Amino acid sequence: MNDAEPSTAVSAALPGAAARRRRRPWPWLLAAVGLAVLPVVPGLDSDFVRSLASQMGIAAIFALSFNMLLGQTGLLSFGHAVYFGLGGYVAIHGMRWINAGLPVPVALVPLFGAAGGLFFGLLIGSVTTKRAGTVFAMITLGLGELVVAASLMLTRFFGGEEGITANRTRAPQLLGLKFASQLEVYYLIAFWAFLSVVLMYAFTRTPLGRMCNAVRDNPERTEFVGYNPQRVRFLAFAVSAMFAGVAGGLHAVNYEIVAAEALGAARSGTVLLMAFIGGIGNFLGPILGAMLITWLQVSLSDFTTAWQLYFGILFIVVVLFAPGGLAALIALHVPLARARVVHKVIPGYLAALAPALIMALGGSLLLEINYRLATKPELGTRMTLFWVAMDVSRPWPWIAGVALLVGGLYAFRRSWALVEAGWQAASERIAGGGAP
Amino acid sequence: MLELVIFSMLNGVVYGLLLFMLSSGLTLIFSMMGVLNFAHASMFMLGAYFSYQLGKLAGFWPALVLAPLLVGLIGAGVERYGLRYVHRHGHVPELLFTFGLAYLVEEVVVMGWGRNPIENRVPAVLDFPLFTLFTTSYPAYKAFMMAVSVGMFVALYLTLRRTRVGLIIQAALTHPGTVAMLGHNVPLVFMRVFAAGTALAALAGVIGGFALLTTPNMAAALGPIVFVVVVIGGLGSLAGALIASLGIGIIQTFAVALDVSVLDLLRHAGITVGRDSALYELFAIKIAQAAPMIPYVLLVLMLIVRPKGLMGTRET
Repeated sequence: MNDAEPSTAVSAALPGAAARRRRRPWPWLLAAVGLAVLPVVPGLDSDFVRSLASQMGIAAIFALSFNMLLGQTGLLSFGHAVYFGLGGYVAIHGMRWINAGLPVPVALVPLFGAAGGLFFGLLIGSVTTKRAGTVFAMITLGLGELVVAASLMLTRFFGGEEGITANRTRAPQLLGLKFASQLEVYYLIAFWAFLSVVLMYAFTRTPLGRMCNAVRDNPERTEFVGYNPQRVRFLAFAVSAMFAGVAGGLHAVNYEIVAAEALGAARSGTVLLMAFIGGIGNFLGPILGAMLITWLQVSLSDFTTAWQLYFGILFIVVVLFAPGGLAALIALHVPLARARVVHKVIPGYLAALAPALIMALGGSLLLEINYRLATKPELGTRMTLFWVAMDVSRPWPWIAGVALLVGGLYAFRRSWALVEAGWQAASERIAGGGAP
Repeated sequence: MLELVIFSMLNGVVYGLLLFMLSSGLTLIFSMMGVLNFAHASMFMLGAYFSYQLGKLAGFWPALVLAPLLVGLIGAGVERYGLRYVHRHGHVPELLFTFGLAYLVEEVVVMGWGRNPIENRVPAVLDFPLFTLFTTSYPAYKAFMMAVSVGMFVALYLTLRRTRVGLIIQAALTHPGTVAMLGHNVPLVFMRVFAAGTALAALAGVIGGFALLTTPNMAAALGPIVFVVVVIGGLGSLAGALIASLGIGIIQTFAVALDVSVLDLLRHAGITVGRDSALYELFAIKIAQAAPMIPYVLLVLMLIVRPKGLMGTRET
């Protein structure tokens, strides 16, 4: 993707405007009102949407806590689900104590998760943050494996394969909340998600949050101004683990069960995907990624068993062509919108979209055929893909797939010139003073 | 007892050498390009699957040669069209690219061979007991594994230390700019080293495939252990990787053979821990059960005692 010329326009337009925008409270108020009215908007007032929104909220906290390490401090963790899971386990045990008579309302269970995440973050972080960079990534991977192995052996705390269950309705009530319906659970998650997002945003503005950026960019200079990078990394790690624990605590309330998969490598990988696809350079990026990936997980898994493969491809495409993630792609268009020249680039996008869709159709046709043949050979060679019945023992479905893929790719590359032309026109207009 | 010790030792050395075949390529690629190839164990897995497929088509010996070559070609492609492209964005995107690749390779393997383990049998030429000591017989394929990995180690050492190519590689490790100035194509050298590293991983996959279970998640199972080996040995050090590989291989193999727990040891010392005690569950774990955790425990200990690893030179 050609982002060389537009990016100069972005950096010129951003700093002052962004700083002014950040002091205004109305985006936060708008977000709070949006969260409050979302489950009662006609069309979105089903339990399915509430449950999806609950999952998105949990994922958003988790992805933001992950980005506190990767985006803010420059620490790539392959085992962040450990703190999500351990926080979740502490929370579910807290809920069991509440069931047994501890006088604490369920609405405060995420605090158990936060305490659990913070405790294990301090404990494990004191070892892992001794190193940074690539070695840190390898160590978090190893420690993740260690915790997973331990979770299968220590059944009293982790409950083995079945996990630990609790009941969120058998508890003292706060403000009359019983948590018997998904709506009340949604509001609980929305409240904690909003609070966590505000706090994590506030953390980026604290001196410690700023030092995290310094440690990410140049640890040596950080030392020269009198800070110990290892200590900054350690503190960032602990805070990040605490918020991951909040997400784990909400997970415990939402599902009333925490099992070993909550701290497994698959979840650690998913949160990395969410944060990176959303964009690690922007505070809102991981939220965007968490919402998108959660939605894809829920909706794609109904249509195809190969959804993990699509995630992998999407991730690689983002790493190769848009390393700033979706948030950076959107941010690219902000100066255009401000100069009212967005309409210049849209025709190019539309022209490139059609061949891209054709290419994706061809590619996924081939993948689906292969996947079905490999994982469910007993179902035979007749299948219905994209509402078309076909027999893949004959060559035609394969030829069609390859033709769509190659033809789409060729047309896409040709149409990219239109996108570039659109950008050219738009940036000339901006350079010309924005006059019509 | 002596029998157990001897055979655990032999098995441990075989496993350790297998780990070394993987970790040597990984650490070589890292010290050269600063890239931690997350997909290294995936290349190991591809080696196992390719040799299974080629073995069915052409027999074991051609597969032993062809599978690593094929995977090496894939490695060259990955470096040339993926890593080199993403390199401009920095090291984290490089690492993430290989992470995504590992994800993808696993799914592609599922697509090609299904989710269940394949019957990757020991080839007939190697399927006989080599010798029998006391009451246990030692299979020939394990001796073959040992021979291949030792041969590879010697070849690698001689190439790096005694040939012109090795000289250029060693120079490019520390002074890529100067080497390029002298007229060598450094990106090409990098690509070849990457291809050679992945081919070594694939060779380990060919000979390790029938010793371990060949399934689509074998990469995810072995990958973290290889990382542990590399960190314990010291990032970028071949000798450190060798010591750490053998050490972890031998310790883990012996641990599997030990059917005792802390509880048993305490009982010998005259201390009994009640069933209600909070530590009972922890103490009751047999060492054999805890064997998969041992590499990671060693990793933590190493980080506390000596963060740069056995033979490592850099702090981060």
